[in-house]
Amino acid sequence: MRVMVFVKATDDSEQGLPPTEEMTEMFEAMGKFNEELVNAGVMVAGDGLKPSSFGKRIHFDGANRTVIDGPFAEARELVAGYWIWEVKDMDEAVAWAKRCPNPMRGPSDLEIRPFYEMEDFGDAVTPEIAAHEQGLRDRLAGE
Amino acid sequence: MSAARLALAPAFADKARMAADPTHRAIEAVFRIERARLIGALARMTRDLDRAEELAQEALLIALTEWPKGGVPDNPGAWLTAAAKRRLIDGARHRSMRERKHAQIARELDAKYDMSAEALEAALDDPLGDELLGLIFAACHPVITSEARAALTLRLVGGLTVEEIARAFLSNEAAIAARITRAKKAIGKAGVAFEVPRGAELNARLPSVLEIVYLVFNEGYAATTGASLVRPPLCAEAQRLGRILAGLMPEQPEVLGLLALMEIQASRLAARSGPDGRFVPLTEQNRARWDQLLIRRGLNALDRAEALGGSDGPYALQAALAACHARARTAEATDWRRIAGLYDRLGQVMPSPVVELNRAVAHSMAFGPEAGLRLVDEIADAAMLRNYAPLPAARGDFLFRAGRHREARAAFEAAAALTGNERERDFLLGRAAACDG
Repeated sequence: MRVMVFVKATDDSEQGLPPTEEMTEMFEAMGKFNEELVNAGVMVAGDGLKPSSFGKRIHFDGANRTVIDGPFAEARELVAGYWIWEVKDMDEAVAWAKRCPNPMRGPSDLEIRPFYEMEDFGDAVTPEIAAHEQGLRDRLAGE
Repeated sequence: MSAARLALAPAFADKARMAADPTHRAIEAVFRIERARLIGALARMTRDLDRAEELAQEALLIALTEWPKGGVPDNPGAWLTAAAKRRLIDGARHRSMRERKHAQIARELDAKYDMSAEALEAALDDPLGDELLGLIFAACHPVITSEARAALTLRLVGGLTVEEIARAFLSNEAAIAARITRAKKAIGKAGVAFEVPRGAELNARLPSVLEIVYLVFNEGYAATTGASLVRPPLCAEAQRLGRILAGLMPEQPEVLGLLALMEIQASRLAARSGPDGRFVPLTEQNRARWDQLLIRRGLNALDRAEALGGSDGPYALQAALAACHARARTAEATDWRRIAGLYDRLGQVMPSPVVELNRAVAHSMAFGPEAGLRLVDEIADAAMLRNYAPLPAARGDFLFRAGRHREARAAFEAAAALTGNERERDFLLGRAAACDG
């Protein structure tokens, strides 16, 4: 199964990169962990994100769209980075996540979220619905 | 270990109880991550795969009693290996004690298996992944048949149960268990060392490893028998093996070529079967459903293989072919001339009637159906292709496109009679029926 692992932001990470020395240390530890993930065939993708002060939000309300510039409040609800892992089950994802060096200076969180897969829709997706969905996708793809 | 016992090996703990206990499940997950590397390290010491597996299970049982008390150790792999080693040494001591003096034996054994903390750390950190790689090379050793190599690799490296392997290969558990037992015996008898081969030996044995990984992938991707067209778990397992190999041997272009090939092919898994389970050929697939993440990974691996000078390797060439399709936004945008050229090269480095058949298809797309017919007629008599459904299927397609519908119909019907896959048969009969229109 494929999971996305979010590195949740903190007040620190929202301030930008830490001082060089600390950053080197963190990069080393994280680099080692990433290497382990790669060598175990678990890592599919991953990257760090700049603080929300570089970001924008598009707010939807009915037909209206409003663009809001960062930074955004509530650091704990923001994302500072992510991985995509291919694992056998959530237990394995948790076991890997526990091995991750603390990605932040202070207390921090990783959040693991499985991707939807076709099986998840089970009987809710009848062949007719699937065909319709396929038709929609086909049109979207311009084919 | 008997076949029956081997089949039961994963049932070391009552599964129902385990599933209900989060601590045990967490420990089991850590164990699964470490298992293959652990067995590799233990097999290197014992030269006995059954013993290595037993010791690994014993280490798990110890962890299941110890870890709930003190928590999961910082380096669980080292901890498990140390626990298993102690069991190994205790067992050896026990046996030797009957004949000789205790203290002397203990000294000898400690010298043989250096148990100091530093030595353990050094030996178990295994940054090069040598123990895991050594195990993979042993499981894929050419002394055993390719079916047995595949089963053994899935069992030891993938950690699949015998039941899971049997289901994946549509075989029964007893047959798979017997196959694995025979393979282990053959490895023991041949005195295979659980080391990573170097230099010329590495070059000689790597193809056999890659062959098994790709065999597992293909068994999942192009299910040749049964009702289902694809068996994604086997693809996922093969991709994982490929990624492990690419992580541990990043300088081997063909490892990267194989990984690229698998990633790009797997990117189409969702698009290969229609909503009714029917096979959808490449040119008719909805490309919006191709997994762009896997395509990117595949193209990246291919770039790395080519940068290492490996663009003429059989896997890299096949990956380059897959990449031509991956890069085309629509079927019409496919660069068939490039594909035809790549098949010309592939036919030289990997001569085979199947490659020639694909080459004929590529030439038909690049230069017209007559070009395809000319090439396919050159290989029609190859013994290997006599009962090979894709040959009359391709021929039918060329004939149809050349306007020779009656002959096309006969070719599609011949192909339908040859295929073992029900979904593919439906597809071919559909094409035969369409020749009337």
